[in-house]
Amino acid sequence: MARFGMAIDTVRCVGCTDCVIACKTENEVPAGLCRDWIVTEASGTFPDTRLEIRSERCNHCDRPPCVACCPTGASHVEEYGHVVQITPSLCIGCKACLAACPYDARTIHPEGYADKCTFCMHRVRQGLPPACVAVCPTHCMHFGDLDDPHSEVSRLLASRRHHALQPEAGTGPRIFFLT
Amino acid sequence: MIELTSTRANPLVDPSLHVWGWQIPAYLFLGGLVAGMMAIAGWFLLTDRHRRADTVMSLLPGLGLVLLSVGMLALFLDLEHKLHVWRLYLTFQPASPMSWGAWILVAVYPALLATMLLRVPGAARLRLPALATLSDRLRAHAAAVRAIATADLVLGGLLGIYTGVLLSALGARPLWNSALLGPLFLASGLSSAAALVHMLARDRAESELLARADNRFLQAELVLLALFLVGLVTATEVHIRAAGLLLGGPFTAVFWVGVVGLGIALPLVIQSLAVGHRVRHTPVGPLLVLAGGLLLRFVIVQAGQVSRWGPV
Repeated sequence: MARFGMAIDTVRCVGCTDCVIACKTENEVPAGLCRDWIVTEASGTFPDTRLEIRSERCNHCDRPPCVACCPTGASHVEEYGHVVQITPSLCIGCKACLAACPYDARTIHPEGYADKCTFCMHRVRQGLPPACVAVCPTHCMHFGDLDDPHSEVSRLLASRRHHALQPEAGTGPRIFFLT
Repeated sequence: MIELTSTRANPLVDPSLHVWGWQIPAYLFLGGLVAGMMAIAGWFLLTDRHRRADTVMSLLPGLGLVLLSVGMLALFLDLEHKLHVWRLYLTFQPASPMSWGAWILVAVYPALLATMLLRVPGAARLRLPALATLSDRLRAHAAAVRAIATADLVLGGLLGIYTGVLLSALGARPLWNSALLGPLFLASGLSSAAALVHMLARDRAESELLARADNRFLQAELVLLALFLVGLVTATEVHIRAAGLLLGGPFTAVFWVGVVGLGIALPLVIQSLAVGHRVRHTPVGPLLVLAGGLLLRFVIVQAGQVSRWGPV
């Protein structure tokens, strides 16, 4: 069974926010909220400076704390792709999952349930890439099966230097940033 | 130097998490208080003190029901998807402290009602003779009294610890990453409940007994708070940074002056003098304990939401 993840090339990413707009459009994300976002991190002291632009979202962790803490089972791991999903009708809006996520990737939908990136599984099941990946003008985003050594993401991760966000939090994040 | 800019503007998580307002600390305080009341009632029943204890047996169970209901109302008000609250009771999620809590609360209500039944007030005895008969029969069975006492002690302990575990299980907030939060909130709940009886009991012996017990609970709370901070400052950088919120950061004054000073240390001094018969028993000590217990929950919940794994 597939284990979906992403490899995002921070060398190519220009932070245009097309991925954010595509997600909002595709998933009808309410105004004022977003399921993915751009972070620009500048580090170092001149002349040794570094700039990293990242398109961030839910990490669909291997050990998702949002799923463990959910009192109703609304947050769950979908068998196909091992993707973390939310069933709105089961969610009571207790916000424990928001507090449990080290990436602050969740939000509360105006209708009251927890909301976040779904990896656009409605598209993936049709053989299409997630909306953010599909629209990226620099082709910096790659989506695929991390357990398949021949997938594009696996090959990129095997050949390029990369890092995940806060791996020390112990959740096993599956969004990797190529550097 | 690291400079971060983000295009995200999620009002619940930027610049720091603030998903829980007054409702959760209020619920955690009331839950802890009721847990302490149950444990005290259970202890009185097991040690045969219940026959003489007026306040503990006649007031605590009923008051506990009311306070717990107020706490659950606060919890309900916090929910964003209120009409779906019943979903809690269609499942049991063993990894979720909140699911444990929901089911513990279901068991707490009948335990409190059974404890109430052991001491039916005079007016109710006259109006409901069947209830009076049931109460007399229940009291006559030592095994039944012991079972109720055990239920009070076990459920009180579970409820008190769960209010802390609820937070400590949320690993993304480093300030809460301590297994000591459960025992700390339990000690605080026991202390608050003892303070309440100390303040309300008309019987001198009962009041004094609980004042002495409260002093022990306050001492335990001080030790647990110290261990909680030591655990954080001897852990990783994110935990040291989280402890810094209470040790030099924005929550330092309210924590040390409000929680530790006025909420624990001062009432401990006042009540120690009172049980040593060097000053009179007044409501000042118990009221400070209760206010300190509430403030502890507010400080831990709010500071915990500010603490985070990522860059500051």
